[in-house]
Amino acid sequence: MAFQRGSMRNKAGARSEQISWMRRFEDHLFTALAVAAVLLVLLPLAAIFADLLKRGIGSINWAFLTRTPAPVGVPGGGMANAILGSGVILGIASAIGVPLGIGAGVFLSEYGRNRFGDAIRFTADVLNGVPSIVIGIVAYSLVVLRQRHFSALAGGVALGIMMVPTITRATEEMLLLVPVSVREAALGLGISRWRTTVSVTLRTSAAGIITGIMLAFARVAGETAPLLFTAFGSQFWSSNINQPIAALPLQIFVYAISPYDEWHRQAWAGALVLIALIVGTIAVVRLVASRGMMKGTA
Amino acid sequence: MPMGGPPPPPPQRAPELARFRMRTGSRLPDETFRYAMIACGLSVAVVLGLIFYELVVNSRLSLHQFGWRFFVSQTWDPVNDHFGALPFIYGTIVSSIVALVLAVPLGVGVALFITEMCPQRLRGILSFSTELLAAIPSVIYGLWAIFVLVPILRLYIEPGLMRYFGWTGLFEGPPYGIGMLAAGIVLAIMVVPIISSLTREVLSAVPRNQREAALALGSTRWEMIRIGVLRNARAGILGAVILGLGRALGETMAVTMVIGNRPEIAKSLLAPGYTMASVIANEFTEATGRLYLSALVEIGLALFLVTIVVNALARLLVWSVTRGLPARVHAQ
Amino acid sequence: MGVGIEVESLNAWFGATQALQDIGMHIAPNHATAIIGPSGCGKSTFVRCLNRMHETLPETRVTGKVRIGEMEVYGDGTPAVLVRRQVGMVFQKPNPFPAMSIYDNVAAGLKLNGFRDRRKLDEIVERSLRMAALWDEVKDALKKKSGASLSGGQQQRLCIARALAVEPNVLLMDEPASALDPISTGKIEDLIFQLKENYTIVIVTHNMQQAARVAEFTGFFLLGRLIEFDKTEKIFTNPSDKRTEDYITGRFG
Repeated sequence: MAFQRGSMRNKAGARSEQISWMRRFEDHLFTALAVAAVLLVLLPLAAIFADLLKRGIGSINWAFLTRTPAPVGVPGGGMANAILGSGVILGIASAIGVPLGIGAGVFLSEYGRNRFGDAIRFTADVLNGVPSIVIGIVAYSLVVLRQRHFSALAGGVALGIMMVPTITRATEEMLLLVPVSVREAALGLGISRWRTTVSVTLRTSAAGIITGIMLAFARVAGETAPLLFTAFGSQFWSSNINQPIAALPLQIFVYAISPYDEWHRQAWAGALVLIALIVGTIAVVRLVASRGMMKGTA
Repeated sequence: MPMGGPPPPPPQRAPELARFRMRTGSRLPDETFRYAMIACGLSVAVVLGLIFYELVVNSRLSLHQFGWRFFVSQTWDPVNDHFGALPFIYGTIVSSIVALVLAVPLGVGVALFITEMCPQRLRGILSFSTELLAAIPSVIYGLWAIFVLVPILRLYIEPGLMRYFGWTGLFEGPPYGIGMLAAGIVLAIMVVPIISSLTREVLSAVPRNQREAALALGSTRWEMIRIGVLRNARAGILGAVILGLGRALGETMAVTMVIGNRPEIAKSLLAPGYTMASVIANEFTEATGRLYLSALVEIGLALFLVTIVVNALARLLVWSVTRGLPARVHAQ
Repeated sequence: MGVGIEVESLNAWFGATQALQDIGMHIAPNHATAIIGPSGCGKSTFVRCLNRMHETLPETRVTGKVRIGEMEVYGDGTPAVLVRRQVGMVFQKPNPFPAMSIYDNVAAGLKLNGFRDRRKLDEIVERSLRMAALWDEVKDALKKKSGASLSGGQQQRLCIARALAVEPNVLLMDEPASALDPISTGKIEDLIFQLKENYTIVIVTHNMQQAARVAEFTGFFLLGRLIEFDKTEKIFTNPSDKRTEDYITGRFG
C-alpha cells in the first residue's frame, strides 16, 4: 500500500492513486455487505430460538407432557397424545423408509456403478425434491381412499417415502468410503459376495449410515403438510395405526391458527418440545460422529 | 534363515475344518441378495412413477372438465363447481420471486463470507447455524411468523413501505401484516440455508489455482473473488438459486399460515394471496364433491411437474461445476 | 500332505488388454515359490488368477486351466467361493477389517462362513496368532482393540493369521512386506520360512534378495509371459534366458 501511494507523483500517478483508493473502497464495501448478510441471516435464527424459549418454556410442565387436550375454553390439558402419535407415525415411517433406503443405497454402491444406477440415483434426487404436500396427496390416494378413513398408517407411508432419498444417499456415500481392499480381504477368505456386503462392508460403514438415518428422521419429524389429510390429527389418546392420530407438528399448526389464546400458548410449548427433539437428535448425531472418528484410530 | 524367537507350533489340520472347507455353498443367496437390492433400487423409481400415476388418475375429472383453461381461469368457486388455478399460480410465483430477491443476495453473501472471508474459528459456528436454520420445521417458522413477524410488518414495516415506496404500486392497501410480503419474507428465511450450503459446495469446488492466479495479478480480495471464483462458479450458483426456487415453490405450512388465503390476484404485495400448496393444504379435507377434490389434485400435479423440472435443471447446473465439466454460461 | 499347483495355458485379460499369455508351470507342494519381474509384468495378475480374485474386477477374462491338488479351479462345477476357502491370500497393503476386533478379524474367515463352535474358535484364533508370531503382542486385548489400531507390521501379521485360520492348503502372498519397515519385513520372512514346511506358498516380490532368501523356486515374468522358471539358485547364479539375466543384474526394472 505504501509502495503504491508514494510511487508516482505526476498526473498518471494521481490517477493510479485514485484507482487504488476506489478498489480498496470496493473491497471494504463488499466485505461489509457479506458481514451484513451474515448478520441478517443470524438475526431471525436468534429471534426464533429466543421466542420459542420465552413463550414456550413457561407452559411446559408435567401436565403438558402427560395430558391430552382439554375441551375448548377449558384451560390446561396437554399434548401427550400428539407426542405419542408422532412416535407411532415415525415408527411406521422408519419401518418403511429405513430398509428401502438402505437397500437402495447398497444397490447404488455395490451393483449400481453403471448407467442404470445413474438413472436410479437421479430418480432418488428427484424424489427428494417433490413437495411434501404432493406426497401427502399420494398417500391419501394409496391408503386413505382404499381404507375409507384417515389413519396413522397413511401418515407413516407418506413420511416413509420422504425418508428414502436421504437414507439412500447417506448409505451409498458411506459404503463407497469403504476401501476396495477391505472387500477384497473378505472375498479372498472365501466369503460370499452377499455376506461380504452385509457383514463386512455395511458393518464398517454402520456408524455413518446410522447418522444418515437419524438425520432423515429428524427431518421428517417436523413435517406437517403430508399429515394434514393422512393422519388427520385427533384430540384423543390413541396408538391405533388404523385410526386418525394426533401428531406434534399437526397439533402445533391447528392450535396456532385457532382463535384461542390458551391454544396459542400451548402451540409455543409444543413447538419448543419439537425443536428440542430435532436439534437434540442432530446434536447427538454430530457428537457421536466426531467421537466415532477418533475411536477408529484408538 | 530363522532369526530367534520360539518356533511356532506346527499347524495341525483340524478335521472339522477340513469338512467345513469343502462345504460348497450354493450360489442362490448371492443371486437372491442381488435381486433384492435391485428391487430396492427399482422401488425408488416405482415410487416416483406411482406418485405421477396417482396424481393423474385422481385429477382426471378436473382435466376433462376444464382442460387447459384451468390454468388461466381466475375463478375459484367451490359452490358452483367452477375452478381455475390462476390465482394460485400467481401467488406461488410472486411469493417465490419475493423470497428469491431477498434470499439470493443473503445466501450467496453468507456462502462467500464462510468460504472466502471467514476466520477459521468462526467457520464451524456459522455453518452449524445455517444447518440449524435448515432444521427448523416449516410449522415453527409459521408459528413465529404469525405471532412475531406479522405484527412487526403490520405496525412498522408495511406503513413505512406504503409511505416511501407506495408510488411503485407494489405497496398499497391496508397493512394487514399477513399477505404476500409476509409469505415472501418467511420463505426467504427458509430458502437461504439451501442457497448458502449449495453455493458453498460450488465455491469450494473452484480450484485453488484460480484464486492464486487472480491474486498474483495484484487484485484485492473482492476482485479475486469476482474474477477467480464467482466467474467459474456462475453456473453452480445459478443452480443453487434454482434449487432454492424449487424449495420455495413447494413450501406449504409457513406460507399457509401467513399468506391470507384469499384466491385473488392483486398487484400490491401487501394484499393477501394464495399459493398452490396452500390451497391444497387448506381445502383438501373440506373438499365436498369429486370435482372439487379433483381440481385440488390437478393443482398438486402441476406443482409436481414444475418442481421436477426446476429441480432437475438445478442439479444439472450444480453438477456441471462440481464435477469439473467446463461450465459455459452465456449471459442471458 | 502338501498340495501342488498345476497351471496350463493360462491367459488373462483386463478388458481388451491381455495381461497374461500362455502361462504354464508346476508349483511344488510345501515349498515357497517366488514370482519376480518388473512392474506391470503380470505377477500380481497371475497370483490373483490362482484363487479367482482376478474375476472380481470388472471386465476381466481368464482362459486356461489351474489345478490345485485335486481341484479344478476353473472347472464348470467349481464355485469361486470354494476355491478361495482352500487358498489363503495376503495382500500388499495390510487390510484388516476396520470395524472388527483382533479376535473377530482372525475368526472372520470361519465365523462369516458359518462356523459356530465358540471353544474351537478360541483355540483356532490363538493358534493362528501364534503361527503368525503375533500372539504375545496382542493376547491381552484380543476383543478390545480393533484390527486397525495396530502398527503396519502387526496388521500384516494379523492378516496372515486371518488367512491361516481357515487352514488353507495354499498361501498366496502378493508383495506382503513391500509396505513395511525392514524389521517387520524380517519377521515376515521368518514366518514364511517356518510356514513352508506345511503350506504351499507362492510369493510375489519385486525384491530379488527376498526371493533368494525365502524361496526354493522362482519364476521370472516379463510383459505377461513366463520367461523362466527354475530353482531359485539357478535363476540367480546361472539363468538360461538373457532377459532373466538382464533383470537380475539390474539392467532394467
